[in-house]
Amino acid sequence: MISKKDVQYIAHLSRIHLQESEAEKLTHDLEGILGYIEKLNKLDVSQVKPTSHVLPIENVFRQDIVRPSLNPKDIMKFSVENDGRGSFKVPQVIE
Amino acid sequence: MKSYEIVIGLEVHLQLDTQTKIFCGCATHFGRNPNSQTCPVCLGLPGSLPVLNQQVLESAMKIGLALNCTINTFVKFDRKNYYYPDLPKAYQISQYDFPIAKKGSLAVTTNGQTKNIGITRAHMEEDAGKLIHDPDIKSSLVDYNRTGVPLVEIVSEPDMRSSQEAYDYLTSLKLLMEYLDVSDCDMEKGSLRCDANVSIREAGSKEFGTKTELKNLNSFKAVKAAIDYEVARQIKMVEAGERIIQETRLWNDEKQMTFSMRSKEEAHDYRYFPEPDLVPFTITEKDIEKVRQTLPEFPQEKIDRFISQYQLSAYDASVLAQDKALAKFFEDCVVQLNAPKKICNWITSALKQELNTRKMDVHSIKLTPSDFVSLIKNVEEGVVSNLVGKEILTVMLDTGNACEVIIEEKGLRQVSDDEALNKIIDEILKENTPIVEQIKSGKESAVGFLVGQAMKKTQGKANPKKMGELIKRRIQNG
Amino acid sequence: MKLNELTAHEILDGLQAKTITAQAVTACVKEVIQAQDKKIHAYAHTDDAAIAPDAAMAGKYPIPIAIKDNICIKDYPTTCSSHILKGFRPPYDATVVRKLREAGLIFLGHANMDEFAFGSSTESSCYGVTKNPWNLACVPGGSSGGSAAAVAGNEAIWALGSDTGGSIRQPASFCGVVGLKPTYGRVSRYGLIAFASSLDQIGPITKDVTDCAILLNLIAGHDELDSTSANVPVPDFTQSLKKDVKDLKIGIPKEYFIEGVDAEVKQSVLEAINNLKAQGASFVEISLPHTEYAVATYYILATAEASSNLARFDGVQYGLRCQPEQQRRTPIIDLYEETRHQGFGAEAKRRIMLGTYSLSSGYYDAYYLKAQKVRTLIKQDFDEAFKACDAIITPTAPTTAFKLGEKTSDPLSMYLSDIYTISVNLAGIPALSLPCGFAKNGLPIGLQIMGKPFDEEMLFRIGYTYEQSTDWHKRRAVL
Repeated sequence: MISKKDVQYIAHLSRIHLQESEAEKLTHDLEGILGYIEKLNKLDVSQVKPTSHVLPIENVFRQDIVRPSLNPKDIMKFSVENDGRGSFKVPQVIE
Repeated sequence: MKSYEIVIGLEVHLQLDTQTKIFCGCATHFGRNPNSQTCPVCLGLPGSLPVLNQQVLESAMKIGLALNCTINTFVKFDRKNYYYPDLPKAYQISQYDFPIAKKGSLAVTTNGQTKNIGITRAHMEEDAGKLIHDPDIKSSLVDYNRTGVPLVEIVSEPDMRSSQEAYDYLTSLKLLMEYLDVSDCDMEKGSLRCDANVSIREAGSKEFGTKTELKNLNSFKAVKAAIDYEVARQIKMVEAGERIIQETRLWNDEKQMTFSMRSKEEAHDYRYFPEPDLVPFTITEKDIEKVRQTLPEFPQEKIDRFISQYQLSAYDASVLAQDKALAKFFEDCVVQLNAPKKICNWITSALKQELNTRKMDVHSIKLTPSDFVSLIKNVEEGVVSNLVGKEILTVMLDTGNACEVIIEEKGLRQVSDDEALNKIIDEILKENTPIVEQIKSGKESAVGFLVGQAMKKTQGKANPKKMGELIKRRIQNG
Repeated sequence: MKLNELTAHEILDGLQAKTITAQAVTACVKEVIQAQDKKIHAYAHTDDAAIAPDAAMAGKYPIPIAIKDNICIKDYPTTCSSHILKGFRPPYDATVVRKLREAGLIFLGHANMDEFAFGSSTESSCYGVTKNPWNLACVPGGSSGGSAAAVAGNEAIWALGSDTGGSIRQPASFCGVVGLKPTYGRVSRYGLIAFASSLDQIGPITKDVTDCAILLNLIAGHDELDSTSANVPVPDFTQSLKKDVKDLKIGIPKEYFIEGVDAEVKQSVLEAINNLKAQGASFVEISLPHTEYAVATYYILATAEASSNLARFDGVQYGLRCQPEQQRRTPIIDLYEETRHQGFGAEAKRRIMLGTYSLSSGYYDAYYLKAQKVRTLIKQDFDEAFKACDAIITPTAPTTAFKLGEKTSDPLSMYLSDIYTISVNLAGIPALSLPCGFAKNGLPIGLQIMGKPFDEEMLFRIGYTYEQSTDWHKRRAVL
């Protein structure tokens, strides 16, 4: 049902590098889980509406009023790498 | 060579000018220090949650109504999942299957012909951050001030058939959005962005050709040039029997060419699903009506009204309507002086020239409608000549003084008193006897020359009309 | 009784009577953590300096509490027991933490958990396993295993956990303490590092039902920072602590008592039912016909949401950042892929992959959309059932605490142990777990009471009545 190639593709879609052994184990695990999930096909849900939110809440807003932002110093404190002037730094992104 | 039809669809992203971001209370000012307008929500910090800014929904509804769209009564948000360093949550909160507005149109006039361009949909979403690439240090820098700024994406039907039509669509759309006052529509600041989808097909064919998406279009001019280039490129390929690849191409303004984007080798699988952190929204007819009441007069409505109410020409009405503030200025003047054509002329020539020279708009200059009207009155009543009037306008804008003050200070009052004028006429007639003979023998046009001489003598202060009449009478009476 | 063995309400009484001081209680609890946490490893972080309370401890509720490691405490290591959040100190408090601060509570540190709340045993933490205070060879349950073990081991007077598929109730059951998953929307999720946004709730883990009601009072309430938080009034939950179940109708779902449940568990639950019957409650058999589909439904929906919620852990802003030794793709993609390769444990990777798969092009309708529809059917089961009864009683888990390592090689068997708790999250209703006996092996057994949306008062009423007629809640684990 799910091949190792599928698993490698999904891994890239999820931006997770997998070692060979991991890919193999995952293929095996996911096969088992997806096999179990097949039981949902026993149900006829063609006339059923999907539930995205379990509570009947609607129309929640906030007003367009400015609130204090974080101090850039506090942000740079948790940054992995920054340029010393308030920006996060990452390896060059090629467009 | 076969004849080809060009098919163009445009996607415009409009940044709304609300006080705060779409899902948090951070300010939205342009050009601030990096990461100085951010919070856990727009930084996408773990545990943070979005809450919708009500003003964004209202502005989006305004946009939908202005574009003759149906406003969806059930509206929800969805997650669009992809990875990029300017996207902190690795998903953008956008709208997939229940956007705020759909199925509208925009009337666009190209070369005198007006056509309704279809609007497929308009939806709300959050903007991403800014990446600055620094090749020297082999790094990119990320600033999240822009993440969470509200955007409305307007998608047109592929109804445009020429690059000029696309250009005109953009100018009409921009003007309409300026009238709604929901965005400052500035391509340079990035508050208006445009991507173009371009394809060609043989004339008469009903099938669509393969389209390419053009990005990095930084001005309306660039949009037109890029479409022209792309169309030529596609035609060349088709004629040579090559297949057009569906891809994204970047416009290079320096080279005036489009280039394929290397990094987009894989199509994105965005895995859209309903945003669980935001509840859905039900919009009632009453809500829609309330927003409809706040809509201003649209540009075309204003043009039509100016033509019928003030008997302006279509051209003049259109010139005034291009600038909402100028159009209002015009109407405020007409309230004080019922001479719409005259006022319009003064605005479209003298005032516009001043605004252009100073690179300002009617909001920022020191001129009120009553100041302007009193200047026009002074010219009409002959207190000063038209020419002098234009000079007075310049001084008014420089100093902010009223025109009466300037006239007195600089002694610009036109000489209209008969005695003073007759004195000058005596001199002129003496000095120009051959001309006088010409006039006596019927050459009426030579009167103008004598008027000119009189204007010179009086440094332009003589009332030329009166001067002309008096000269004619003097000569007739001997 | 030592100070650390007291309940919160006993401490409040003692403070009022001036027979004990908050300082003494806190000092005692901290000593015990120092002395014995190495045995059970309930805590992920107990670095004192960062959250040192003010010495005065003059707030209304100066009682020490353990907070699960997925609830943000400002400037304090908050890591979801994962490598990928190594060293992360959020610059803000979760709303519930802010509320507890205002009430004067004393934070002991962050309790250990399954990485990102993925698990039912607290065996997947990057800091190592937590052990059950009743038997150190057994799991405490999960994912809030650290919180439950801390309370059961008297290393905290009370604790906060989070529950997405049973992560408060199941560990409470395994550790012989009380755990409540409030109605979805009852407690703000702002500051709770999300697993599955439409299922997660923060809730109390306490030594008895009274403490549970007190703590729920302190954390419940509408929050304008959480769009999904319900704008409903918060009653004083301690008012429902009355011994009175007369005229209540309690439903027993037949699907929860068929094969799969341990004989001793079934026996204890039936005895609890008889106890309540004797006190005046009547019981009616009900059916929740879609029960067998709950685990499958949950594992599609929860992992799909999780795959999206965890996508932000990418090494760009905070936490772990790794680069492979040799370039594989582009530097930025390598950064993402290597960081997430090294930062996530096996269960996290498994769930992210499953979730991404369910949402991916071509599979959305067959998996995600279908699961959303089955969720509707499960919710409708409860709506129907609550027409015939005021509350529902079931076992919390099919077994007592299993042995460490027993289920780690078979993820599916781990998932199936959630079978009694999962439907509650899918329906959004509240549920309480409290001890109802001990098995011959000395391990606690838990009773689960499910209620109508926003009817936590009913759960406290039934729970308190049952509890006060037994003394399971007075037993303490001896370490």
